[in-house]
Amino acid sequence: MTAAASKCRVCKGPAVIDLPRHNAKFCAEHLQQLCRRQMAKAIDDFDMLSPADRILVAVSGGKDSLAVWDMLIEAGYQADGLYIGLGIGEYSTDSGGYVQRFADERGLHLITIDLRDDYGFDVPTAARATKRVPCSACGLSKRRLFDKAALDGGYDVLVTGHNLDDEAAVLFGNTLRWDIEYLARQLPVLPAGNGFPKKVKPLVRLTEREMAAWCLVRGIDYVVEECPIAAGNRHLSYKESLNAVEAKSPGAKASFYLGFLERMAPLLAGMSAAATGELNDCDRCGSPTTGDVCAFCRLVEKSSAHEPVPVEMLLTRGGKVRR
Amino acid sequence: MKVLLRNPRREIEVEGGHSVDRLLDDLGLSREAHLVIRNGTLVPGDARLDDGDTVEVRPVISGGAA
Repeated sequence: MTAAASKCRVCKGPAVIDLPRHNAKFCAEHLQQLCRRQMAKAIDDFDMLSPADRILVAVSGGKDSLAVWDMLIEAGYQADGLYIGLGIGEYSTDSGGYVQRFADERGLHLITIDLRDDYGFDVPTAARATKRVPCSACGLSKRRLFDKAALDGGYDVLVTGHNLDDEAAVLFGNTLRWDIEYLARQLPVLPAGNGFPKKVKPLVRLTEREMAAWCLVRGIDYVVEECPIAAGNRHLSYKESLNAVEAKSPGAKASFYLGFLERMAPLLAGMSAAATGELNDCDRCGSPTTGDVCAFCRLVEKSSAHEPVPVEMLLTRGGKVRR
Repeated sequence: MKVLLRNPRREIEVEGGHSVDRLLDDLGLSREAHLVIRNGTLVPGDARLDDGDTVEVRPVISGGAA
Protein backbone atom coordinates (compact mmCIF):
# COMPACT_ATOMS: atom_id res chain seq x y z
CA MET A 1 0.00 0.00 0.00
CA THR A 2 1.40 3.37 -0.99
CA ALA A 3 0.18 6.74 0.18
CA ALA A 4 -0.99 9.33 -2.32
CA ALA A 5 1.74 11.78 -3.26
CA SER A 6 1.54 15.41 -4.24
CA LYS A 7 -0.34 16.96 -7.11
CA CYS A 8 0.48 18.40 -10.53
CA ARG A 9 0.62 22.21 -10.51
CA VAL A 10 -1.43 22.38 -13.71
CA CYS A 11 -4.19 19.76 -13.41
CA LYS A 12 -3.99 18.70 -9.74
CA GLY A 13 -3.65 15.06 -10.86
CA PRO A 14 -1.01 12.81 -9.26
CA ALA A 15 2.46 14.25 -9.82
CA VAL A 16 5.31 12.10 -11.14
CA ILE A 17 8.15 14.57 -10.67
CA ASP A 18 9.10 17.63 -8.67
CA LEU A 19 11.17 20.29 -10.39
CA PRO A 20 12.56 22.64 -7.75
CA ARG A 21 13.82 25.13 -10.36
CA HIS A 22 10.20 25.66 -11.40
CA ASN A 23 9.03 25.39 -7.77
CA ALA A 24 6.43 22.90 -8.97
CA LYS A 25 5.43 19.28 -9.46
CA PHE A 26 3.99 17.88 -12.66
CA CYS A 27 2.03 14.86 -13.87
CA ALA A 28 3.31 12.93 -16.89
CA GLU A 29 1.16 14.90 -19.35
CA HIS A 30 2.16 18.32 -18.06
CA LEU A 31 5.80 17.36 -17.72
CA GLN A 32 5.69 16.68 -21.47
CA GLN A 33 3.95 20.00 -22.06
CA LEU A 34 6.72 21.78 -20.15
CA CYS A 35 9.42 20.00 -22.16
CA ARG A 36 7.72 20.77 -25.48
CA ARG A 37 7.40 24.45 -24.57
CA GLN A 38 11.00 24.73 -23.41
CA MET A 39 12.29 23.14 -26.62
CA ALA A 40 10.03 25.33 -28.76
CA LYS A 41 11.26 28.43 -26.92
CA ALA A 42 14.90 27.47 -27.52
CA ILE A 43 14.21 26.84 -31.21
CA ASP A 44 12.41 30.17 -31.56
CA ASP A 45 14.75 32.28 -29.42
CA PHE A 46 17.86 31.14 -31.27
CA ASP A 47 16.33 30.63 -34.73
CA MET A 48 17.44 27.00 -34.73
CA LEU A 49 15.09 25.28 -37.16
CA SER A 50 12.57 25.95 -39.90
CA PRO A 51 9.62 23.64 -40.57
CA ALA A 52 10.98 22.68 -44.01
CA ASP A 53 14.51 21.86 -42.80
CA ARG A 54 15.95 18.42 -43.43
CA ILE A 55 17.39 17.57 -40.02
CA LEU A 56 20.03 15.05 -39.02
CA VAL A 57 19.97 14.08 -35.34
CA ALA A 58 23.15 12.64 -33.83
CA VAL A 59 21.95 9.77 -31.63
CA SER A 60 23.97 7.76 -29.12
CA GLY A 61 21.33 5.51 -27.54
CA GLY A 62 21.29 7.72 -24.44
CA LYS A 63 18.29 9.60 -23.10
CA ASP A 64 19.06 13.05 -24.49
CA SER A 65 19.58 12.20 -28.14
CA LEU A 66 16.63 9.80 -28.30
CA ALA A 67 14.46 12.36 -26.49
CA VAL A 68 15.32 15.18 -28.88
CA TRP A 69 14.72 12.95 -31.90
CA ASP A 70 11.35 11.94 -30.41
CA MET A 71 10.43 15.55 -29.60
CA LEU A 72 11.34 16.82 -33.07
CA ILE A 73 9.36 14.09 -34.82
CA GLU A 74 6.40 14.72 -32.52
CA ALA A 75 6.62 18.45 -33.34
CA GLY A 76 6.39 17.64 -37.06
CA TYR A 77 9.98 18.11 -38.16
CA GLN A 78 11.64 15.88 -40.79
CA ALA A 79 14.49 14.29 -38.87
CA ASP A 80 16.75 11.35 -39.69
CA GLY A 81 19.14 9.78 -37.18
CA LEU A 82 22.89 9.26 -37.27
CA TYR A 83 24.56 6.68 -35.04
CA ILE A 84 28.31 6.16 -34.78
CA GLY A 85 29.57 2.81 -33.52
CA LEU A 86 32.51 3.76 -31.31
CA GLY A 87 33.78 0.25 -30.55
CA ILE A 88 33.57 0.61 -26.75
CA GLY A 89 32.87 -3.08 -26.13
CA GLU A 90 29.44 -4.17 -24.91
CA TYR A 91 28.51 -0.57 -24.16
CA SER A 92 28.58 0.27 -27.87
CA THR A 93 26.77 -2.93 -28.83
CA ASP A 94 23.99 -2.16 -26.36
CA SER A 95 23.79 1.53 -27.33
CA GLY A 96 23.48 0.70 -31.02
CA GLY A 97 20.67 -1.74 -30.20
CA TYR A 98 18.65 0.92 -28.39
CA VAL A 99 19.02 3.33 -31.31
CA GLN A 100 18.09 0.73 -33.92
CA ARG A 101 14.98 -0.36 -31.98
CA PHE A 102 13.90 3.26 -31.48
CA ALA A 103 14.18 3.92 -35.23
CA ASP A 104 12.56 0.63 -36.26
CA GLU A 105 9.58 1.03 -33.92
CA ARG A 106 8.84 4.48 -35.34
CA GLY A 107 9.73 3.84 -38.96
CA LEU A 108 12.50 6.46 -38.88
CA HIS A 109 15.54 6.57 -41.14
CA LEU A 110 18.82 5.82 -39.36
CA ILE A 111 22.31 6.26 -40.83
CA THR A 112 24.97 4.14 -39.16
CA ILE A 113 28.74 4.63 -39.28
CA ASP A 114 31.12 2.20 -37.60
CA LEU A 115 34.55 3.53 -36.66
CA ARG A 116 36.22 0.11 -36.89
CA ASP A 117 34.56 -0.99 -40.14
CA ASP A 118 34.66 2.37 -41.90
CA TYR A 119 37.84 3.97 -40.55
CA GLY A 120 39.91 1.07 -39.22
CA PHE A 121 39.97 2.00 -35.53
CA ASP A 122 37.81 2.37 -32.43
CA VAL A 123 37.83 4.76 -29.47
CA PRO A 124 39.91 2.61 -27.07
CA THR A 125 42.54 2.14 -29.78
CA ALA A 126 42.50 5.83 -30.69
CA ALA A 127 42.96 6.80 -27.05
CA ARG A 128 45.97 4.52 -26.69
CA ALA A 129 47.48 5.32 -30.10
CA THR A 130 47.24 9.11 -29.73
CA LYS A 131 47.78 9.24 -25.95
CA ARG A 132 44.60 11.34 -25.73
CA VAL A 133 42.13 10.79 -22.91
CA PRO A 134 39.36 8.55 -24.31
CA CYS A 135 36.65 11.26 -24.18
CA SER A 136 38.87 13.55 -26.25
CA ALA A 137 39.47 10.94 -28.97
CA CYS A 138 35.77 10.08 -28.93
CA GLY A 139 34.61 13.69 -29.13
CA LEU A 140 36.99 14.56 -31.93
CA SER A 141 35.85 11.56 -33.99
CA LYS A 142 32.17 12.17 -33.40
CA ARG A 143 32.30 15.87 -34.21
CA ARG A 144 34.09 15.28 -37.50
CA LEU A 145 31.84 12.42 -38.58
CA PHE A 146 28.68 14.29 -37.59
CA ASP A 147 29.78 17.25 -39.72
CA LYS A 148 30.74 15.05 -42.67
CA ALA A 149 27.50 13.05 -42.60
CA ALA A 150 25.40 16.21 -42.44
CA LEU A 151 27.24 17.83 -45.36
CA ASP A 152 27.42 14.65 -47.47
CA GLY A 153 23.73 13.95 -46.89
CA GLY A 154 22.66 17.46 -47.87
CA TYR A 155 21.02 18.10 -44.51
CA ASP A 156 20.14 21.68 -43.57
CA VAL A 157 21.04 21.27 -39.94
CA LEU A 158 22.68 18.88 -37.49
CA VAL A 159 20.94 18.47 -34.12
CA THR A 160 22.65 17.20 -30.99
CA GLY A 161 21.08 16.29 -27.65
CA HIS A 162 23.22 18.58 -25.50
CA ASN A 163 21.10 19.70 -22.57
CA LEU A 164 21.30 22.45 -19.96
CA ASP A 165 23.53 20.35 -17.67
CA ASP A 166 25.95 19.59 -20.51
CA GLU A 167 26.21 23.23 -21.53
CA ALA A 168 26.49 24.53 -17.97
CA ALA A 169 29.27 22.02 -17.22
CA VAL A 170 31.21 22.96 -20.36
CA LEU A 171 30.73 26.65 -19.56
CA PHE A 172 31.96 26.02 -16.01
CA GLY A 173 35.11 24.33 -17.32
CA ASN A 174 35.76 26.98 -19.96
CA THR A 175 35.28 29.71 -17.36
CA LEU A 176 37.63 28.09 -14.87
CA ARG A 177 40.30 28.24 -17.57
CA TRP A 178 39.08 31.55 -19.05
CA ASP A 179 39.32 29.83 -22.42
CA ILE A 180 38.11 32.68 -24.62
CA GLU A 181 38.29 30.65 -27.85
CA TYR A 182 35.95 27.97 -26.47
CA LEU A 183 33.75 30.47 -24.64
CA ALA A 184 33.28 32.44 -27.85
CA ARG A 185 31.87 29.45 -29.70
CA GLN A 186 29.85 27.89 -26.89
CA LEU A 187 26.57 28.80 -28.52
CA PRO A 188 23.36 26.81 -29.00
CA VAL A 189 23.49 27.56 -32.74
CA LEU A 190 26.60 27.45 -34.88
CA PRO A 191 25.86 28.71 -38.39
CA ALA A 192 26.84 26.84 -41.53
CA GLY A 193 30.02 27.98 -43.23
CA ASN A 194 33.78 27.49 -43.35
CA GLY A 195 33.15 23.82 -44.19
CA PHE A 196 30.86 23.23 -41.20
CA PRO A 197 27.13 22.41 -41.28
CA LYS A 198 24.67 24.40 -39.19
CA LYS A 199 24.59 22.82 -35.71
CA VAL A 200 21.91 23.36 -33.09
CA LYS A 201 21.10 22.20 -29.55
CA PRO A 202 17.32 22.34 -28.96
CA LEU A 203 17.55 20.95 -25.40
CA VAL A 204 19.61 23.76 -23.88
CA ARG A 205 16.67 24.91 -21.73
CA LEU A 206 16.05 21.39 -20.34
CA THR A 207 17.98 19.50 -17.66
CA GLU A 208 19.10 15.93 -18.02
CA ARG A 209 16.77 14.93 -15.18
CA GLU A 210 13.88 16.34 -17.22
CA MET A 211 15.08 14.47 -20.31
CA ALA A 212 15.36 11.18 -18.44
CA ALA A 213 11.83 11.77 -17.15
CA TRP A 214 10.63 12.51 -20.70
CA CYS A 215 11.96 9.13 -21.81
CA LEU A 216 10.36 7.34 -18.87
CA VAL A 217 6.89 8.81 -19.34
CA ARG A 218 7.09 8.32 -23.13
CA GLY A 219 8.20 4.68 -22.80
CA ILE A 220 11.53 5.26 -24.55
CA ASP A 221 14.13 2.63 -23.70
CA TYR A 222 17.63 4.05 -23.58
CA VAL A 223 21.03 2.96 -22.36
CA VAL A 224 21.11 3.83 -18.64
CA GLU A 225 24.58 2.51 -17.94
CA GLU A 226 27.34 5.09 -18.17
CA CYS A 227 30.08 4.76 -20.76
CA PRO A 228 32.76 2.71 -18.93
CA ILE A 229 35.56 4.97 -20.05
CA ALA A 230 33.77 8.26 -19.35
CA ALA A 231 33.42 7.40 -15.66
CA GLY A 232 35.28 9.86 -13.45
CA ASN A 233 36.08 12.36 -16.20
CA ARG A 234 36.37 16.07 -15.47
CA HIS A 235 33.11 16.93 -17.23
CA LEU A 236 31.18 14.67 -14.85
CA SER A 237 32.87 16.24 -11.84
CA TYR A 238 31.77 19.68 -13.07
CA LYS A 239 28.21 18.40 -13.31
CA GLU A 240 28.35 17.11 -9.75
CA SER A 241 29.68 20.44 -8.53
CA LEU A 242 26.94 22.37 -10.31
CA ASN A 243 24.30 20.00 -8.95
CA ALA A 244 25.58 20.71 -5.43
CA VAL A 245 25.02 24.42 -6.13
CA GLU A 246 21.62 23.70 -7.70
CA ALA A 247 20.51 21.79 -4.60
CA LYS A 248 21.07 24.93 -2.50
CA SER A 249 19.89 27.39 -5.16
CA PRO A 250 17.32 25.87 -7.53
CA GLY A 251 17.61 27.50 -10.95
CA ALA A 252 21.32 28.28 -10.57
CA LYS A 253 22.36 26.17 -13.59
CA ALA A 254 19.81 27.81 -15.86
CA SER A 255 20.77 31.25 -14.59
CA PHE A 256 24.48 30.53 -15.13
CA TYR A 257 24.16 29.24 -18.70
CA LEU A 258 21.21 31.24 -20.03
CA GLY A 259 22.63 34.38 -18.42
CA PHE A 260 25.91 33.72 -20.23
CA LEU A 261 24.07 33.47 -23.55
CA GLU A 262 22.13 36.66 -22.91
CA ARG A 263 24.80 38.89 -21.41
CA MET A 264 28.29 37.46 -22.01
CA ALA A 265 28.18 35.68 -25.38
CA PRO A 266 27.41 38.93 -27.29
CA LEU A 267 30.60 40.46 -25.86
CA LEU A 268 32.64 37.51 -27.14
CA ALA A 269 31.11 37.45 -30.63
CA GLY A 270 33.72 37.21 -33.37
CA MET A 271 36.53 36.05 -31.09
CA SER A 272 36.71 32.37 -32.19
CA ALA A 273 38.99 31.14 -34.99
CA ALA A 274 35.99 30.11 -37.10
CA ALA A 275 34.50 33.58 -36.77
CA THR A 276 37.74 35.36 -37.62
CA GLY A 277 38.37 33.18 -40.67
CA GLU A 278 41.65 31.72 -39.39
CA LEU A 279 40.95 28.27 -40.82
CA ASN A 280 42.61 26.38 -43.68
CA ASP A 281 41.52 23.32 -45.63
CA CYS A 282 43.07 20.07 -44.39
CA ASP A 283 45.66 18.85 -46.91
CA ARG A 284 44.17 15.34 -46.80
CA CYS A 285 40.41 15.58 -46.34
CA GLY A 286 39.68 19.24 -47.08
CA SER A 287 37.93 19.79 -43.77
CA PRO A 288 38.48 23.08 -41.93
CA THR A 289 41.50 23.15 -39.64
CA THR A 290 43.86 25.62 -38.05
CA GLY A 291 46.92 23.63 -39.28
CA ASP A 292 47.90 21.82 -42.47
CA VAL A 293 46.48 18.40 -41.54
CA CYS A 294 43.38 18.27 -39.37
CA ALA A 295 43.36 16.58 -35.95
CA PHE A 296 40.95 13.87 -37.16
CA CYS A 297 43.19 12.85 -40.09
CA ARG A 298 46.16 12.67 -37.72
CA LEU A 299 44.09 10.57 -35.32
CA VAL A 300 42.98 8.18 -38.11
CA GLU A 301 46.55 7.79 -39.33
CA LYS A 302 47.90 6.83 -35.90
CA SER A 303 44.92 4.80 -34.74
CA SER A 304 44.33 2.70 -37.85
CA ALA A 305 48.01 1.66 -37.82
CA HIS A 306 47.80 0.62 -34.15
CA GLU A 307 47.00 -2.88 -32.96
CA PRO A 308 43.37 -2.97 -31.72
CA VAL A 309 43.05 -2.17 -28.01
CA PRO A 310 40.12 -3.79 -26.15
CA VAL A 311 38.24 -1.42 -23.85
CA GLU A 312 39.23 -3.52 -20.83
CA MET A 313 42.84 -2.49 -21.36
CA LEU A 314 41.91 1.12 -20.58
CA LEU A 315 40.40 0.14 -17.23
CA THR A 316 42.20 -0.62 -13.98
CA ARG A 317 41.25 -3.68 -11.93
CA GLY A 318 38.91 -1.45 -9.95
CA GLY A 319 37.10 -0.49 -13.15
CA LYS A 320 38.58 3.02 -13.27
CA VAL A 321 40.01 4.51 -16.44
CA ARG A 322 43.76 4.77 -16.82
CA ARG A 323 44.34 8.47 -17.61
CA MET B 1 11.77 -3.33 -0.14
CA LYS B 2 14.05 -4.08 -3.08
CA VAL B 3 15.95 -1.12 -4.50
CA LEU B 4 17.73 -1.36 -7.85
CA LEU B 5 20.77 0.89 -8.21
CA ARG B 6 22.76 1.55 -11.40
CA ASN B 7 26.34 2.19 -12.42
CA PRO B 8 27.12 -0.48 -11.43
CA ARG B 9 23.81 -2.32 -11.55
CA ARG B 10 23.04 -3.89 -8.15
CA GLU B 11 20.10 -4.56 -5.85
CA ILE B 12 19.88 -3.74 -2.16
CA GLU B 13 17.24 -4.31 0.51
CA VAL B 14 16.03 -1.18 2.33
CA GLU B 15 13.37 -0.74 5.00
CA GLY B 16 10.22 0.93 3.66
CA GLY B 17 7.97 3.56 5.22
CA HIS B 18 9.90 6.63 4.11
CA SER B 19 9.74 9.15 1.30
CA VAL B 20 11.69 9.13 -1.98
CA ASP B 21 13.70 12.14 -0.78
CA ARG B 22 14.57 10.33 2.46
CA LEU B 23 15.73 7.28 0.51
CA LEU B 24 18.03 9.40 -1.68
CA ASP B 25 19.37 11.23 1.37
CA ASP B 26 20.02 7.95 3.20
CA LEU B 27 21.87 6.61 0.17
CA GLY B 28 23.86 9.84 -0.14
CA LEU B 29 22.53 10.50 -3.65
CA SER B 30 21.79 13.89 -5.19
CA ARG B 31 18.09 14.58 -5.86
CA GLU B 32 19.11 16.65 -8.88
CA ALA B 33 20.96 13.70 -10.40
CA HIS B 34 18.44 10.88 -9.89
CA LEU B 35 14.91 9.80 -10.62
CA VAL B 36 13.00 7.22 -8.60
CA ILE B 37 10.66 4.67 -10.16
CA ARG B 38 8.22 2.88 -7.85
CA ASN B 39 6.57 -0.29 -9.19
CA GLY B 40 7.28 0.85 -12.74
CA THR B 41 6.03 4.43 -12.34
CA LEU B 42 8.03 7.64 -11.91
CA VAL B 43 7.28 9.27 -8.53
CA PRO B 44 8.12 12.65 -6.95
CA GLY B 45 10.26 13.28 -3.88
CA ASP B 46 7.45 13.20 -1.34
CA ALA B 47 6.03 9.87 -2.55
CA ARG B 48 6.05 7.19 0.14
CA LEU B 49 7.91 3.95 -0.42
CA ASP B 50 6.63 0.86 1.41
CA ASP B 51 8.05 -2.55 2.14
CA GLY B 52 6.21 -4.31 -0.70
CA ASP B 53 7.40 -1.84 -3.35
CA THR B 54 9.96 -2.49 -6.04
CA VAL B 55 12.05 0.64 -6.47
CA GLU B 56 14.63 1.74 -9.03
CA VAL B 57 16.94 4.66 -8.39
CA ARG B 58 18.02 5.83 -11.83
CA PRO B 59 20.98 8.18 -12.28
CA VAL B 60 20.52 10.83 -14.95
CA ILE B 61 24.00 12.30 -15.26
CA SER B 62 25.72 11.13 -18.39
CA GLY B 63 28.30 11.84 -20.94
CA GLY B 64 31.79 12.80 -21.81
CA ALA B 65 32.70 16.30 -22.80
CA ALA B 66 32.12 15.69 -26.50
